[in-house]
Amino acid sequence: MRSFTYQRASDPSAAIQALAMAVASNDPPTEAAAQPLAGGTTLIDLMKLDVMRPRTVVDINPLASTWSAINLDGGNLRLGALARMSDVAANPEIQRNYPVIADSLRLAASPQLRNMATLGGNVLQRTRCTYFRDISYANCNKRDPGSGCAALDGFNRMHAVLGTSEQCIATYPGDFAQALIALDATVEITGKSGVRNIAFAQLHKPPGDTPQIETTLAPGELISAFTVSGRWPRSVYLKARDRQSYEFALSSAAVALDVQDGVISDARVALGGLATVPWRARAAEALIKGQKFDAALALRVADAALAGAQGRRHNAFKVDLGKRVVARALHRAATMEI
Amino acid sequence: MSIAAPEPKANMGQPVPRYDAVAKVTGMAKYAADMPLANPAYAYLVTSAIAKGRIDSFELTEAKNIRGVIDIVTHENAEKLKDVKLFSEGGYMSTTVQPLKSSDVAHDGQIIAVVLADTFEAAREAAHRVKVNYRPATPSTTFDSPGTTSVPAKGQASRFKEDPKVGDFAKAFDEAEVKITASYETPTQHHNPMELFATSCVWNGDNLTIYEPSQYVYGLKNGVAQQLGIDADKVRVINYYVGGAFGSKGSVTPRTAIMASLARRLNRPVKLVPTRDQGFTIATYRAETRHQIQIGANRDGKLVALRHEGAEVSSRPDAYVVGGTKTTTRLYACPNVDSLVSIVHADRNTPGFMRSPPEVPYLFALESAMDELAVKLNMDPIELRRVNDTMKEPIGGKPYTSRSLMACFDEGAKAFGWSQRSAAPQSMAEGDWLIGYGCATTCYPTQMAPAAARVRLQRDGRARVEIAGHEIGNGAYTVIGQAAAEKLGVPFENVSVHIGDSDLPPAPVAGGSNSTASTCSAVMMVCDQIRQRLFRALMPNESVIDKAKETVGMGQTPVTESANSGRPLDREKAFDALGVSVVEEYGEWKPEDAPKDSFRAMQQGQVRIVGGSAMSDKIAYAFGAEFVEVRINKWTHEIRIPRLVGAFAAGHIMNPRTARSQLMGGLIWGMSSALLEATELDPRYGRYVNDNLADYLLPVNADVQDVEVIMLSEQDDHINPAGVKGLGELANVGTNAAVCNAIFHATGQRIRKLPVRLENLEV
Repeated sequence: MRSFTYQRASDPSAAIQALAMAVASNDPPTEAAAQPLAGGTTLIDLMKLDVMRPRTVVDINPLASTWSAINLDGGNLRLGALARMSDVAANPEIQRNYPVIADSLRLAASPQLRNMATLGGNVLQRTRCTYFRDISYANCNKRDPGSGCAALDGFNRMHAVLGTSEQCIATYPGDFAQALIALDATVEITGKSGVRNIAFAQLHKPPGDTPQIETTLAPGELISAFTVSGRWPRSVYLKARDRQSYEFALSSAAVALDVQDGVISDARVALGGLATVPWRARAAEALIKGQKFDAALALRVADAALAGAQGRRHNAFKVDLGKRVVARALHRAATMEI
Repeated sequence: MSIAAPEPKANMGQPVPRYDAVAKVTGMAKYAADMPLANPAYAYLVTSAIAKGRIDSFELTEAKNIRGVIDIVTHENAEKLKDVKLFSEGGYMSTTVQPLKSSDVAHDGQIIAVVLADTFEAAREAAHRVKVNYRPATPSTTFDSPGTTSVPAKGQASRFKEDPKVGDFAKAFDEAEVKITASYETPTQHHNPMELFATSCVWNGDNLTIYEPSQYVYGLKNGVAQQLGIDADKVRVINYYVGGAFGSKGSVTPRTAIMASLARRLNRPVKLVPTRDQGFTIATYRAETRHQIQIGANRDGKLVALRHEGAEVSSRPDAYVVGGTKTTTRLYACPNVDSLVSIVHADRNTPGFMRSPPEVPYLFALESAMDELAVKLNMDPIELRRVNDTMKEPIGGKPYTSRSLMACFDEGAKAFGWSQRSAAPQSMAEGDWLIGYGCATTCYPTQMAPAAARVRLQRDGRARVEIAGHEIGNGAYTVIGQAAAEKLGVPFENVSVHIGDSDLPPAPVAGGSNSTASTCSAVMMVCDQIRQRLFRALMPNESVIDKAKETVGMGQTPVTESANSGRPLDREKAFDALGVSVVEEYGEWKPEDAPKDSFRAMQQGQVRIVGGSAMSDKIAYAFGAEFVEVRINKWTHEIRIPRLVGAFAAGHIMNPRTARSQLMGGLIWGMSSALLEATELDPRYGRYVNDNLADYLLPVNADVQDVEVIMLSEQDDHINPAGVKGLGELANVGTNAAVCNAIFHATGQRIRKLPVRLENLEV
């Protein structure tokens, strides 16, 4: 960890101003000299590991008074970006109307981390790729563009099989993001020039040739809220992992269905633990709409969801695992009592 | 009484609460890095990013410019410390690779520089800014890597004396009615104690005090003195509590003398708290092993031939070997036995003790193979153990001092509900989950080593016990206090226990599960000396009758009375007769069979452990039976363990509360060693990849559901005065096999390589 200046922002405009002051022109936001601090559960870790080296840390926790509300008025959902994961997971209205959101949060991390971590920070959580997190490994295009990727032919059991490139196969580690992308959530972003909204699916960027650029956020911008329209009581989050708790997904699925008279009128499928970014399986969804659920349909959908997946030495199993997880999540969603 | 404090059965002590319980739960217990120091300099290690090669140069300018940096020490300017032998070759060291001695790099994460600064933060930042230019070579790091060398352990490692064999294995195997040949593998594992490998060194004139978590303060004191070339009497090691060790803090690692040397150079205390990932490479680990088991049996299940071949990875210079064949060849009756252990020298750090070093990998192989044999014979696996149970080990024909293996199986089976098991694989399920039941034998050698103690008794009934034992979470304070209280006939609360300090009388390494047997035997002996003195003051012509022997551990006041008249001893009168207020005794105890140089070696921090299979006329082991229920998700193949049951017999149980805690922790670790724990090596670089507590998987609370510990009553008068077998390393043995046996029962699939991951299952 390098020494840094700690600033506490009293309100959103002060935070934006503090972050903007230190913005260098061409750096991706993760490399910016000023970094926002919310729960700190990723940033502080990466600073201790010397992976992130901000010169200024801007504590935005005072913004929680305006940015942490949970609001379900008018049939839509709005979640403040500084809401704590544990508060949202424990909200009975969210558990009832958006089980996929509540479960994706409840099954993530540990109680201690969920009490600290915020929603905005959670979706920006950086990869757990061990070669990225250990600076003594020289080859990491995400840390040091052009240096290569040690994971391609290294120990890559936890790595991605979807959305990869020859430059990077680091897995996007989060759970909550899969629920958001499945539900077509919108991200509200606050920056120098005011507030803008983008589809959640537009937030993360696959690695391509620039794995160091992880999101479409501009330096100095902050996520202020997430919104979801409509309610999704028939939705599930299924997570397969080595441990029963406090463990990242080897494969997970966020599934939401709208079933009218036994026919699936709308379906959403997103995959976690498998891809370099939050991953929506749209081609698979298209197979379900207008159909009645049965086991054979679930298997076809699962196959389609993993189409194009590319396994490597230690993670090839994830392709088949991913299919079984999708199929089981579909079954759970189709048969759940609401 | 409660679940945590089980009702004592015959030959068990009282479950008194831990002596150090309040200190620990209130945060008052001071661990090594908590010890206050006057104006310390903070050290931060720089470790190598290559596993083999040379350091061409350092670029230190940027690092030295960090405010607060005092110095950066590398091989170019470090004091050249003396070479000291490996602990198992008559020395003290965990490795003979001595960092900061030359530009050579022998393994991943070797210490290559130390930053010293006024604050921890400055030292860390500067360490991150140190640039190293390497000339890397290609490392050969594990089995099958080109360039490793494989040699028989016998003749290489002085502690590995024999490859046990008896009869004619080849012929018997050839003629056997039923045969099993199978290969097994266990992975690299790291101890990961909660407490990091901290060291603080303070010089006062030419006296050195070391604060470091240690399982052997006398070993550390003598080893560091040799490295520094100073008199061992000038070195004092203090550690009142150890925050977990599991073998990793048993021998002397290179960091300690380096810190002592730097503190001497700076003339200032130096404090080091290495990081979690550095702990993977600056201390020891459990090396990966490979095994081939061949068993020949009659149709009735009786073994006629057994061969166990094991191979273990070690470093280039050191022949560290665990060699568990000394146990696996003696566990069951079998007339024809053969074995061989090899060492594979690779570009790795030297491995070291890790909880039940030989038994965990070697019994995994044997107990898996026994299950395979039971399946082939269509026989209940418990019955297979029963027909091969023996009171005489097959290699030398020596009798077991006691052996309650089948009693453990019977009690454990009852508690577990083994009779509910339907024998066919894949025959039990519930909802999405396949269910499997498995079991395995555990055993661990009963070991003792010489120990000394000083005990003081006051006229008012207060007592003080001094012995350089080690509180590694094992309950050492508690059982030592119990032994003294009961021998002296004073309440437990009246005894103050002083351990964890090399200025106290020597105790052996807290390893090999010998601590309770050794320290309590020594303390009891010295308490007897005090009782004899008091007795003689009152009744000079009569001898004492030792009723305490029957009551030790029972929480009762011993009736110390005259052998002839039956008159009880009145402590206060005895003190008045002696005309003193305090009686103090020092004594040195050694087990039967201990070599002649035992006491001299003990003072020099050299352990002479005896017991297990190495005794001249008998063999002593603790035994147990372990039962596991696994559930495997049909969809995800996730493996979960809802129930673990272990039944154990280990001689006299000093304290059922602390014993249960040890056994429960062992079962959990055993499960973990089957399903979770593995240090992953990237063979291209010869480096560890998952060197942190997020990626090196340990069980979390949600992984540990029902764990039941059953302690059987067992009395053994042929081992040591305390009658204690030692159980710290008993319960994590065999569990890995029981888990795999249960997985076979659930799925019909035999897994022979640990850990078992969900991708290994084809349900």
